[in-house]
Amino acid sequence: MNDSRYEVAIIGAGMSGLAAGIRLAHFGKKVCIFERHNAPGGLNSFYSFAGRKYDVGLHAMTNYVPPGVKGTPLGKLLRQLRIDREEFALCPQKQSRIAFGPRGETSLRFTNDFAVLEAEVAARFPAQIDGWRGLVQTVRAYDDVSLDAQPVSAREVVGRHLTDPLLTDMIFCPLMYYGSAQERDMEFGQFVIMFKALFLEGFARPFEGVRLILRVLLEKYRAAGGERRMKCGVAKIIEHEGRAARLILDNGDEIAADQVISSAGFAETMRLCEPAHLAEAGQNTGALSFIETISVLNRPPAALGWSDDTIVFFNDSERFDYARPADQVDLRSGVVCLPNNFDFAGAELPEGIFRVTCLANFDRWASLPETVYQADKQRWFAAATRSARRFLPAADDGALAAATITTDMFTPRTIRKFTGHLNGAIYGAPNKIRHGRTHLKNLFLCGTDQGFLGIVGAMLSGISMANYHVLQGGAPR
Amino acid sequence: MTKDACKKLVIDIISDIAPDEDLSGIKPEIRLRDQLQLDSMDFLDIVMELRKRHGIEVPEADYGHLASLESCADYLTPKFPDAAKA
Ligand SMILES: Cc1cc2nc3c(=O)[nH]c(=O)nc-3n(C[C@H](O)[C@H](O)[C@H](O)COP(=O)(O)OP(=O)(O)OC[C@H]3O[C@@H](n4cnc5c(N)ncnc54)[C@H](O)[C@@H]3O)c2cc1C
Repeated sequence: MNDSRYEVAIIGAGMSGLAAGIRLAHFGKKVCIFERHNAPGGLNSFYSFAGRKYDVGLHAMTNYVPPGVKGTPLGKLLRQLRIDREEFALCPQKQSRIAFGPRGETSLRFTNDFAVLEAEVAARFPAQIDGWRGLVQTVRAYDDVSLDAQPVSAREVVGRHLTDPLLTDMIFCPLMYYGSAQERDMEFGQFVIMFKALFLEGFARPFEGVRLILRVLLEKYRAAGGERRMKCGVAKIIEHEGRAARLILDNGDEIAADQVISSAGFAETMRLCEPAHLAEAGQNTGALSFIETISVLNRPPAALGWSDDTIVFFNDSERFDYARPADQVDLRSGVVCLPNNFDFAGAELPEGIFRVTCLANFDRWASLPETVYQADKQRWFAAATRSARRFLPAADDGALAAATITTDMFTPRTIRKFTGHLNGAIYGAPNKIRHGRTHLKNLFLCGTDQGFLGIVGAMLSGISMANYHVLQGGAPR
Repeated sequence: MTKDACKKLVIDIISDIAPDEDLSGIKPEIRLRDQLQLDSMDFLDIVMELRKRHGIEVPEADYGHLASLESCADYLTPKFPDAAKA
């Protein structure tokens, strides 16, 4: 028999829910994670298809710092979750690039050594280097962990330092692709978090990919005594006298919990409430979604001439336009990931992988009948890979086709289906709820809509919400 | 519980919270913050581990007593259950 009473119920076994669960279980709380799907991980999960394993999220884990560097988000999260650095077995990137112009004529290289990017900026944009240094100083000095800072436009702050629109767009491009739920601009605090995560810190991944990270988290959670119910979604949160009194599960069971932490998203959580809070939900629902193509190759990308780049952020339009496209997919900009090009210390991934991400329009995908949907997937797959290859060293079409064993692609529809995010919105609601509170005294948000994005961000979000609202009892700072 | 035993328990906790810190040369009279990279999240964890492992409550007003190993021992030793017997 399952219990029906918990001190804390967590909605969602993604990165944030698992991290919150580990903290709470470690400190003796009777906690259960309810996950609608059969696999953990949420946006950052994995699946098997036709006998082959695929990673869903994970281009790169951001916030990488070498062993011995302390006081950064990665170190904090390892300490808080009692994870040994070696358990994640992180392998650093080789190099990444921001490539702008129809053929990537202007390019900025960056690595896990910040000096490389700074030298690139100095070489390509000599007139901007003083402004750049001023911007970096402002970023370093900014208190980005404050949970109640006033929102400021990043475009405005960056505009005080950089005057060249090309350089400005090139800096925003990776930060937006890896962590902006807002169109065209970012909140400056979010800009700072992402700038540090990508440029001042860096990229890495475990050889085994996201599976390893999830395995470590699940094992910590289990060992600490946390419970987990998979294929067991929360259908409703029943309100009573300003509290989340009960949870109704998809199978009709009822659960009571003193406190509830939801990683389902702000609007999604407001809609779970009974009575549902549709107006609040409607005003803060994200619009940005992506497609991603995955090509599995029978040789490493290096064999096609793609040996250097780990991640390439590209754009060919006059001004970089990070927004929901009118068309199904926006081919003008995107992200290439070549997971083989991490420094695996001599080891080789068993197959070559070439992935391309582009902005996409949820509505244009959601309404398609199945046959059209399948045909459109194929059409846009070809178009997105063709667009992205303009920014990589030239490779022969025939050689790429011959090397391709199989392909897969996800669309905004896939994201909606597997994570429940309305509009297939990867980064959730445009307005983040940093303090994590809701209209109910004992219901809190963590993860994407609390506002720390990405894998490391999501884990830190789960940790800080568990600490702040449960373990410290929401004491005023 | 002796003060030295108490110091050891505190060091045990710190080494679990911050395995990446070298604790071998800690000076008891100097503030922990000045010798180790510990932030407020880490100090809260010390408090919570004291509760979890030893059932000792440290109210927020008393956090200042945890500044150095020596002040930890002064403050915590009498709180251990066997203090009366010792
Ligand atoms: C394609 C893609 C690539 C990415 N690449 C990277 C990358 O390279 N690096 C990086 O750092 N980040 C990346 N991210 C972002 C990162 O994956 C997310 O920021 C992070 O995983 C969010 O975690 P979360 O816990 O907040 O939310 P989610 O992962 O969305 O977890 C929420 C969980 O809640 C469950 N759930 C929802 N509703 C209910 C309900 N009613 N009942 C029960 N369960 C429910 C969902 O099934 C899901 O498992 C990527 C994301 C995507 C989609």
